[in-house]
Amino acid sequence: MAEDQIILKHVTKRFTTKTLGTVTAVNDFNLNIHEGECFSFLGPSGCGKTTTLRMIAGFEDLSEGEIHLCGQPVSIKAKNLYVPPEHRGLGMVFQAFAVWPHMNIFDNVAFPLQIKKVPKDEIRKRVKEALHHTSLDGMEEVYPSDLSGGQQQRIALARAIVTNPKVMLLDEPLSNLDPKLRESMRFEIKALQRKFGFTVIFVTHDQSEAMAISDRMMVCDMGNIMQIDTPSNLYNKPINRFVHNFLGQSTFLHVVLDHGQVYARGDMQNPLPLTIPEKADREMVVATRPNAIDLNRDHGFKTHIYSRVFLTDTTEYLVPVGDQLLKIQTPHRITFGKGEECYVDFTHVMWYPEEDESAEAERAKRQLV
Amino acid sequence: MTLVSFVLLFVIVFIPIFMIVYNAFFFEGKFDIEMFQTVVFSKDNIDAMTNTVIIGFAVTVFGTIVGLFYAWLLGRSDIPCKGLMRALFMIPYMFPPFFGAMAWDMLLSGRGGYVNNWLMNTFGLETAPLNINSLWGIIFVEVSYYFPFVFMQVVSALERMDPTLEESARIAGATQGTVIRKITIPLVTPAISAGALLILISSLAHFGVPAILGFSKQIYTLPTVIYACIDRAGGSFEGIRQGAALSILLVLVVAMALILQKIVLSSGSFDIIKGKSMRPTLIKLRGAKYPLLFLSVLTLIVIVLVPLVMIFLEGLVKAYGLPLVPENFTLDNFKNLATSKATMDSIRNSLGLSISAGVICMFLGVMVAYVVIKIKPKGKEILEMLSVLPYSIPGTVLAIGVILAWSGALWGISLYNTIWIILVAYMARYLSFSMKSASASLQQVHPSLEEAARACGASHTESLKDVTLPLIRPAMVAGFFLIFLPSMRELTTSILLYGPYTRTLGVQIFALRDSGQIPQASALAAIAILIIIVCNFIVTQITKDRKGV
Amino acid sequence: MADVRFENITFHYGDKCILKNFSLAVEESQIMCLVGPSGCGKTTLVRCLLGFIKPETGAIYVGDRCVFSVKDRIDVPPERRHIGVVFQDYAVWPHLTVMENILYPMKKMRMNKDEMARRARHALEQVRMVGYENHLPSQLSGGQQQRVAIARALVSSDEVIVMDEPITNLDAKLREEMLQEIRVIQHDIGTTILYITHDQEAALQLCDKMAIMDYEGKLCQLGADEDIILRPANRFVFEFIGVSNFLSLVQQNGRAYIDAGEKYPLDNCPMEIFAGGQKMEMGVRSNDIAFDNTSPIRAKVRSSVFLGSEYNYFIQLGNKDLRVQQNALDVIQHGEVKEGQEIGLRFLQPRFYPAKEQKGGNA
Repeated sequence: MAEDQIILKHVTKRFTTKTLGTVTAVNDFNLNIHEGECFSFLGPSGCGKTTTLRMIAGFEDLSEGEIHLCGQPVSIKAKNLYVPPEHRGLGMVFQAFAVWPHMNIFDNVAFPLQIKKVPKDEIRKRVKEALHHTSLDGMEEVYPSDLSGGQQQRIALARAIVTNPKVMLLDEPLSNLDPKLRESMRFEIKALQRKFGFTVIFVTHDQSEAMAISDRMMVCDMGNIMQIDTPSNLYNKPINRFVHNFLGQSTFLHVVLDHGQVYARGDMQNPLPLTIPEKADREMVVATRPNAIDLNRDHGFKTHIYSRVFLTDTTEYLVPVGDQLLKIQTPHRITFGKGEECYVDFTHVMWYPEEDESAEAERAKRQLV
Repeated sequence: MTLVSFVLLFVIVFIPIFMIVYNAFFFEGKFDIEMFQTVVFSKDNIDAMTNTVIIGFAVTVFGTIVGLFYAWLLGRSDIPCKGLMRALFMIPYMFPPFFGAMAWDMLLSGRGGYVNNWLMNTFGLETAPLNINSLWGIIFVEVSYYFPFVFMQVVSALERMDPTLEESARIAGATQGTVIRKITIPLVTPAISAGALLILISSLAHFGVPAILGFSKQIYTLPTVIYACIDRAGGSFEGIRQGAALSILLVLVVAMALILQKIVLSSGSFDIIKGKSMRPTLIKLRGAKYPLLFLSVLTLIVIVLVPLVMIFLEGLVKAYGLPLVPENFTLDNFKNLATSKATMDSIRNSLGLSISAGVICMFLGVMVAYVVIKIKPKGKEILEMLSVLPYSIPGTVLAIGVILAWSGALWGISLYNTIWIILVAYMARYLSFSMKSASASLQQVHPSLEEAARACGASHTESLKDVTLPLIRPAMVAGFFLIFLPSMRELTTSILLYGPYTRTLGVQIFALRDSGQIPQASALAAIAILIIIVCNFIVTQITKDRKGV
Repeated sequence: MADVRFENITFHYGDKCILKNFSLAVEESQIMCLVGPSGCGKTTLVRCLLGFIKPETGAIYVGDRCVFSVKDRIDVPPERRHIGVVFQDYAVWPHLTVMENILYPMKKMRMNKDEMARRARHALEQVRMVGYENHLPSQLSGGQQQRVAIARALVSSDEVIVMDEPITNLDAKLREEMLQEIRVIQHDIGTTILYITHDQEAALQLCDKMAIMDYEGKLCQLGADEDIILRPANRFVFEFIGVSNFLSLVQQNGRAYIDAGEKYPLDNCPMEIFAGGQKMEMGVRSNDIAFDNTSPIRAKVRSSVFLGSEYNYFIQLGNKDLRVQQNALDVIQHGEVKEGQEIGLRFLQPRFYPAKEQKGGNA
C-alpha cells in the first residue's frame, strides 16, 4: 500500500454569518489520501467539499484539526501553525480557469517557474513539454481570450503540471465546459495523472464524473462525511439512502416483512421475489436502480405497465407494485405497450431501515436559506 | 427619432468643436496661422502651458497612486470599517475642488494663512514654512479632489474580478506582494487608465484651483490664461480667437493622453469578470493593520474634514484674518447673502440651469441611447461617438466652442451673455453622462421583454411606454443627478460664459472671493455644500428603492 | 384551441437560407415539440409565427385565421395575433408584480375587470403560484418566474402557446418538474402548445407529436415519440436521438460483412439493402451492442469506465472504435469485462442506411 500523502485529522470549519449564525461547513473530517491516488470529494452544493479543498490549499483557516501534506504539517490549529499557499508546493486548477488574460500562454505557464527563479533555458524547455502534454503545442504566443473554454482549461492544467507538483487539487475543473468536452477532458486529466504520477484531489458535484475518474471517493453532505470507498463499492453498497440516491438513479420501494416473505406496502397478497436480509425490521425500504430491474414476460412479480416514456437512450416505465409506482428503465429494444401485463424481477437490491424523514427536511431547510 | 438624434447631436456637439478648429486657423474665411503662432509662442503662454502640463501629469500620477492604494486597501485587505471608509473616500468627488482651494488658501496661504501664522508665532519663524500658493499647492489640492476617479473605478474592478485569478498565482508560488505586482495591478490596468484619463482631462481643464491659488503668485495655467484673455478683451472677438488657439493646445495634450491609453491597453484582452461569485480571500495586514487604518483616517481628515470645517468656520467669521474663536463668530455673512440680489440670482440661476440641463439631457440621453442600442440605424457609430466625444474634451475648450458657435456666427443666433448659452454648454458637456447611464441600462433590457409585451397585445409604442421606459427609470433618475450635481457646482465652463445677469453659484463664489469678501464667499460655499449634501441624500434614497431591475 | 399551419415558408438571413418551402401543421390541443440542432431554423420559424419577422413566401394560419400570407398581403402585427409566448429567459417584466404581469395582456384586450380577475386567478392556480400575487419577479426563483411567464401566456391566448426553450435556464431537477407541470397544465386546459427545443430528452418526455428538423432546416420526421424512437425515418433522426455507432458493410458471395479493416460476417442483415448498389452502413445504438462469446465478431476492450448507472466501454473492432454502454442489469447478468479482454459482439436491432459521402457531423 502506498503511503498516506495527505492527512486530515479532525478538520472542522465553522463560519459565522449575519443571517445564519454559526454554520459548521466541515465537521470533523478525517481523511488519508494515498500517494498517486485519484481521490474525489463528491456532494451537493454546500456539503463542505470546496471548503475542505480550500483548507488543504491554504486559502481558508481551520477552526479545528490539522492537515499534513507529504509528511509535513501545513495547518495545525492547536499550534497556530499555518503555511501559506505559495509554500505548499501544490498544483491547482479552478472552475473558472483562472488563466491570466494579460499574459500569453507561454507567460501563463512559465509564471510558476519564473517565481522559482528557474534558469531561462530550463523554463523554455519545461513550458514546451507542459504544452505538449496538454496538446497546446506551438500556441505559446496566443492570448487566452482568443481561446475556447476547453483550451483555457488546458492552459490551467499546463500551468499546474509545469512545476511537477506531488499533489494536484482540481476544483470543479470541468463544470464550465460543455458536456462533450467535459467527457474528453476527464480522460485527459486521467492520462496526465498516469504519466506524472501525482496525487489528485478532484472536487465535483457530478457523480458520473467522479465515478469515471476516481480510485476512491468521499461522499459528503451538509458538512459531514457520509462514506469513503471505491466507486463501485459506493455505487453497489451505499451506506444509506442519501448515498444511494446521490450516486446514480434510485428507485425506492417500501416493503413489509411478514411470515418470511417480503410484501410491497399495500399488497399483502403477492410476495415479492426477494429474500429477507439477516438484519431486518418489519418495515423496510428496498433500494435498487431503475436499469437493474429485470422487466420481462415470464418471471418475477406480476404487474402491468402503468406508463411508458421514451427517453433518448432508454425507455422508462412505471409499474404499480403495491401502493407505489416502481420506475424501470430498459433499452429501447425491450418494448412493452401501455397496460400490457409484465413481470418484474430484482437483481441487486439494498435494504435500508424505514427512517423518519427528518434528515430530508433538514436538508430542504438548509437549501432554502 | 433617429433623425432628431442626429440633428441634435450635430448642433449641440459637433458645431462648437468645429468652430474652435475653424477659428483658430481661419480668419474671415482665410487660412491664417499667424495669430495661432503669436499666441502659442508668446512666452507667457508657453509658461502657462508648461504649468498646465506639469500640474496635469503630476495630479494624474499622484492621484492614481493614492486612488490605487486606497482601492486595494479597501477592496482586498482586512482593514476595519470598510463600508464607512468607502463612502467617505467618495466625498471629495461631490464637491468642487475650488472649495478646497479656498479652504487651504485660508490655512496655508504664504501671506498669513491660519496655520502658517500659528507656526510662525509658535516657532518664531521669519517666513511662512508652508506655501499653498505654489505649483505643489495646486497639485496637492487637485489630487485630493480627483483621486476618487481612480479609486472608484479600481474598487469596482476589484469587486468584479474573479478571485481565483489571484489564488492561482499563490498556488504557483508567488507571495502576496508578487501577486499584487504581477497579477492584480495588470488586471485592473483598464480601470486605472480610465480613471487616470478622467483625472488628466479634468485637471488640464481645471480653472478654479489654479485661479484661486495661483493668481496671487502669477502662476498661470492654460484655462486661467484663456479666462484672462477673454476677460481682458471684454468679449471682443480677438480675445475669443486667442482663447480658441490656446484651447487647441489643450486638445492636443488630451489627444496624446488618449493615444497613450490606447497603447497601454492594446496588449491582451482583459476579460476578468467570470466564474462563480465568491468572496475574495482578504489579505491579513496583521501588524500593519492599525497603522494603515490610522493613515486612512488621517487622509480622510485632511482631504475631507479640514476643508469642509474651514469653509463653515470662515463663513461665520466677522472679517477675514480674525482668529477662529467664538467671539468673532456672526451670522451676518449669511444674512448679507440673503439680502444680496446678485447672490440670490446666482443660486436661482444655478438651480434653474442644473434642473433644466438635467431634465433635457435625461430625455435626450434616453432617446439617443434607444436609437443606438435598439433601433441600430446606419451610422449609429457616429451617433455614439458624437455623444461621448465631449467626455474627453476639456470643459474650457467646450466653452470657447460654444461662444464661437452661438454668438451670432450661425444663422445670426446670438446667445452670448444670456443664460441660454450656459445651458447649451452644459448640454454639450453633460449629455454623454445621461447617454451612458441610459445605454448601460437599456442593454440590460433584453429584447424578449418588449417582444413579450407585443405578443400580449401591446403596440410598439405601448410596449415602449409600459415596459422599456419603466425599466430604465432608475437609470434616468441617476442620469438626471449625474448632470444636476456637477452643474450645481460648475465653474470651469460658466466662468467663461457668464454675463452680468447670468452668474452661476460657482461664478458668484469666485467673484465674491476675488473682490476680497472671503467670509461671504465661504458662507455661500457652505450653502452650496448643504444643497449638494441634500441632493445626494435624495439620490441615494431614490436609487435605493428601485424595484428589482 | 386552434391548430397552426405553416405553408411553404421561406426565409433568408442575408445570403443564408434558413427555411425553404417549409410546411408544418400542428394539430389542435396537442403539444408539438419542434426539435432540431441549434441553428436549424426552429426559432426563426416561431418568430415568423409570432410576427417579429416576415417570411419571404408562404402563409401562416392560426385556426381559421390567416395571420400571414404573402399572396393575400396579410401581415397581422404581433399584438393582434393572440398567441401566448414563453421565452427562454422568461421575459417576466421585472418592474411589475406577478399579478400585474398576468393582468397586462388582458388589459390590452380591454377585458372587463371581473373577467380579468377570474382568469388571472385561474391561471395562477394552474401554475401553482397562488399567494405570490404581490411578489416582484426578483423575489422569485427561476422556476417560479418561468411559471409566471406560463400563466401570462395562458391568459393571453387560449388558442396557441409558443414556448421557446423555456426550461433551458433551469437546473436539471427543476427542468424535470417544469416538464411535468407543462404537461399537466396542457392536459387540463387543452391549449395547443408549440414547444421549441434542441433537447431531445425534454421533447420526448413532453410531446404528443414531435417534428425533427435537420441542419438544413428540413423537416425529417413528424410523429409520436414511439415512431421517432422505434421507426426513425432517416439516418439523421436515428443519429440525433441517442448515441450510436456506424459501421461500413460490404457484400461478398451473397453474404454481408462488416468492413473494419478486416471483414466480419454479419448474419442478421437483410440482403435486399444492397439492391440499390449503394454503399451501405449499419447503425447501432451504444446500448444495443451485447457481449456474446459465441459470436464470430471478435473485438478487444480498449477501456472500461464505470459511470454508476452504466458501464461505458470503448471497443476496438478491426480499425474501428465502438462505443458501448451497458446498464447495471446487463453487467449483473453477464458479468463485467476488463480492459484488454477479447470479447465477441452481437448487434441487436441494427439499422441500415446508405453511407454518407463524407465522414463527421455527429449530432
